[in-house]
Amino acid sequence: MASDMTNPILDALSASDAPIVSNEAFPSTPSLNVKSALDRLASRQMVEYETIEKEVTSLTTEGEEIASNGSHEAKVFQAVVAALEGLKIGDLPGIVGKDNAKVGQGNAFKKGWIKKDGQLLRATTDSIVDDTREQLLTIQRTHSLDDQKALTDLKRRKLVAFQKVLTFKITKGPKFAKEFVKEETDLTAEMLASGAWKTATLKPYNFKAKGALTPAGALHPLNKVRQEFRSIFFEMGFEEMPTNRFVETGFWNFDALFVPQQHPARDLQDTFYISDPPKADPPREDPENDPHRPKTIIPTSTVAGKPLDYKKYWDDVREVHQNGKYGSIGYRYPWSADESLRLVLRTHTTSVSTYILHKLAANPRPARYFSIDRVFRNEAVDATHLAEFHQIEGVIADFGLTLGGLIGFMEVFFAKMGIHQLRFKPAYNPYTEPSMEIFGYHEGLGKWVEIGNSGMFRPEMLEPMGIPKGMQVYGWGLSLERPTMIKYGVSNIRELLGHKVDLNFIETNPAVRLEKD
Amino acid sequence: MPTISVDKAALFKELGREYTTEEFDELCFEFGIELDEDTTNSERPIVDGKQEPPQLKIEIPANRYDMLCFEGIALMLNIFLGRKPLPNYQMAKPANGDLQKIIVKEDTMKIRPLVSGAILRNVNFDQTRYESFIALQDKLHQNLARQRTLVSIGTHDLDTIQGPFTYEAIPPKDIKFVPLNQTQELDGEQLMNFYDKDKHLGKYLHIIRDSPVYPVIYDSNRVVCSLPPIINGDHSKITLNTKNVFIEITALDKTKVEIVNRMMVAMFSEYCTEPFTIEPIQIVSDHNNETRVVPDMSNHTTQAEISYINQCCGLDLSAAQICELLKKMAYIAKPSASSPDLIDVEIPPTRADVLHQADIMEDVAIAYGFNNLPKSFPSKSGTIGQPLPINKLSDIVRTEAAMAGWSEVLPLILCSHDENFAWLNRKDDGNTAVKLANPKTQEFQVVRTSLLPGLLKTIRENKAHSVPIKVFEVSDVAFKDLSLERKSRNERHFAAAWYGKTSGFEVVHGLLDRVMAMLKSAFITGEEGCNNPAIGDSHYWIEELDEPTYFPGHAASIHLRVAGKEHIIGAFGILHPTVLENYELKYPVSTLEINVEAFL
Repeated sequence: MASDMTNPILDALSASDAPIVSNEAFPSTPSLNVKSALDRLASRQMVEYETIEKEVTSLTTEGEEIASNGSHEAKVFQAVVAALEGLKIGDLPGIVGKDNAKVGQGNAFKKGWIKKDGQLLRATTDSIVDDTREQLLTIQRTHSLDDQKALTDLKRRKLVAFQKVLTFKITKGPKFAKEFVKEETDLTAEMLASGAWKTATLKPYNFKAKGALTPAGALHPLNKVRQEFRSIFFEMGFEEMPTNRFVETGFWNFDALFVPQQHPARDLQDTFYISDPPKADPPREDPENDPHRPKTIIPTSTVAGKPLDYKKYWDDVREVHQNGKYGSIGYRYPWSADESLRLVLRTHTTSVSTYILHKLAANPRPARYFSIDRVFRNEAVDATHLAEFHQIEGVIADFGLTLGGLIGFMEVFFAKMGIHQLRFKPAYNPYTEPSMEIFGYHEGLGKWVEIGNSGMFRPEMLEPMGIPKGMQVYGWGLSLERPTMIKYGVSNIRELLGHKVDLNFIETNPAVRLEKD
Repeated sequence: MPTISVDKAALFKELGREYTTEEFDELCFEFGIELDEDTTNSERPIVDGKQEPPQLKIEIPANRYDMLCFEGIALMLNIFLGRKPLPNYQMAKPANGDLQKIIVKEDTMKIRPLVSGAILRNVNFDQTRYESFIALQDKLHQNLARQRTLVSIGTHDLDTIQGPFTYEAIPPKDIKFVPLNQTQELDGEQLMNFYDKDKHLGKYLHIIRDSPVYPVIYDSNRVVCSLPPIINGDHSKITLNTKNVFIEITALDKTKVEIVNRMMVAMFSEYCTEPFTIEPIQIVSDHNNETRVVPDMSNHTTQAEISYINQCCGLDLSAAQICELLKKMAYIAKPSASSPDLIDVEIPPTRADVLHQADIMEDVAIAYGFNNLPKSFPSKSGTIGQPLPINKLSDIVRTEAAMAGWSEVLPLILCSHDENFAWLNRKDDGNTAVKLANPKTQEFQVVRTSLLPGLLKTIRENKAHSVPIKVFEVSDVAFKDLSLERKSRNERHFAAAWYGKTSGFEVVHGLLDRVMAMLKSAFITGEEGCNNPAIGDSHYWIEELDEPTYFPGHAASIHLRVAGKEHIIGAFGILHPTVLENYELKYPVSTLEINVEAFL
């Protein structure tokens, strides 16, 4: 270590009873080298030091040049004096150089050394004092100048620069010693084997620095939030629905939910329709090996029910839209089978809830279902809208459910994610009645924000399935992205979902603890 | 949800008191409408040198057609507050007893078969009322009428025209009239060209444009009243001085045409000298059995079960209490003589949203106050929580991949056709991908059949990240499957991509081995013999794969034998440099993609 200053500093200190000052003791050593040695010694309490910061003035390259050879204006003056008959302005750059001519001519005029006589320059005095050069020479010698106005001017002309210089006042520390003992950087297997660890001095650990970066994989932040929601559902006895089905029919996505065929949600502007394959089949029993058939851990014998009549379901859905049934006057319009068989990308996972509730009707029993999965809307993409997002959906079916029970349930559900103040607003939704928008008080934003939609599914949706009249079904939904964006202060949904998400965001996003964050 | 802008001072005058913004917001919240904005403290536009007075912008639920104008909002809130009774709409025949007629010609069946209408006598318009009248038509056209396709409204100064009227469908060339606010007479074809670029009307032309006949309403002197659903004639236009208003409504939908009629007359009959009095008209339309007198402003009567209402609301109200609450929601209800569990309910003609006793039950809950309902926790039935098996399996793979040092990404499921096929050097055989009919951009043409496009796009957008980049995704792709009801099926895939200065081929291979090991599947080279008990029930091997997606000689198909069945579950390899070029990637990439469903 050529520049290791530890021992020279210890030597200088032991030779002196008084504190030493670094730029006096080691005038030619860069202060950085001194400082690193001092830090090493100070961390071992061998020395103590204080830093003295001083500003010094020094010459720039151009300043050095003038100090040696005179200012631009002096050079111009000399050239003009040398030309006895006056100097042609155009000749000046050729004699003193372009740069000198430009700056020097102006300054020489200002100082009144030369004047213009037609195309000629003439001297107005015999001798001059090149004060710029004098000032620079002073600075070169003393690193300072008393005339502050002149100093500012030189700074403006970029002839001088101010520099911060660190010096250190060094005194002996409590563990001062004359020599710095060699230290081991780490405890090694060899040291253990040889016993060298007994006498070795280990380099002190820097407790102010971070540790070595650990290579780590990461789960996506949105999926971490999703897992929190799934845990809440599992804790509350919910079974996950088979949402691994992006393509739905108009029937399952809309008609079965009592969404009329002229509803705006079914517009080309809102829903993605499928061109290929062209058309669905009417609802029917799924094949035995269909991956979407619900699998339950409850023994089949206890849940098997009557076989489902899909033809009757289809006819009853048509009837309830077209002519009314089950105590409903219906929408009274000609219902189109073709419209019902159009294939769509599901616009909500409620299509899957419908599918599962229809299955439940084979043996109506208390049930709790949930899903969190992707849905598709043919929306124009902007900061808060993507053509895809995740819908969180919960369903509770039971006999004798009340609206107050839905409110009570929501209070527990949202309390589990740290939202403790809720209120409910009447709303409209084609497939729930009553419908309630859920508002939660957001402490951070200091206001009520809409956090979800809920309601009791309409009899026009449930009764064609074969769900008995005394059984009520709660449904509620929210998007996964919106609460995540609020939690993490993400303002653009594209920073959260899709290929434009920053990998660093994924890799450094902390664990999700909804009830605490 | 439609948003209606109403004059704040005028509304509060109607409601009989001033409200602070917070108070009014609270009232809206309880009723189930939403105060979107109070413009009192905002910069308001200046029209004709006068600044617009403060407005309340109120969002109305999509099924409350009776609240799409100032008059409806004021009326419903006043009833809710108990300040006004439900209006009693009176039907009044003209003095001579002869109803005005619209005679429907059979040709209208070819284009727009239904018509309805009404007459309002002695209406007192002023500027505000007039504007509201026009705005309501506009809102009905946009919402219930689905941009005039299903229903369209024309309104006329009855004193400028002469009944009986005829509703006809005739060739466009033969229809000649001066359209509203124009000076020049046009025939049907010229009119289409004239309005082709019109910002307001251009979007409605398609409804009839290509039909050989256009719908038209004439008076008895062959004056064109309107060319629905595009425009009225200038001759019969309404002014502030109009006293007697003729409303005609044409439609494709029988139910909606009458709803629109009822809304129009219910809202504006308030301004008749005899408020809430309507003169019906006779529709003569024998060919489709639509001869009738319109509008029907009688209340619809139904019954609701007290036990059902109490059960759903979690309340124990008497019949009388329920009836009192329903009064706030614009019903007339009384305990039924037929059964102690029933109430007789009269639904006013404006409440088109009430279809079932569920709607009445909801209104009881709103009148009671959602936030006043007794809360409970529905815990009487025990249910068993359980994950979907495929999601549980996915979570195992996701966790293992992340623990192995890979980062999970979440690209979109929709992609362009090229990203899914051509850019991966893959050909579309027409039997694989689900294709979208109406995407707004090229980014969304197909449902992905592979997770690779999303991974590669994610890398492309993260080129500033230090290399190597190691990303993975476990999610669904979809395939056409004509054997199923929905003609398609999802498949759960796991895919990973490496991007670095070297190919990473062995790294993705190692990730495959790790995930397979965690799924208890043993690697075999083929030399062990498949019946060797040491290799267990599940094992896999790889074979060199020659596919244009990959660099020649540096790709493998992955073969799995599980429970005695053999599956090719996927492939891995170094991507072909042309694929990298397509995705604008400058370093080598190796990818792995498998279908995980065999492990279910």
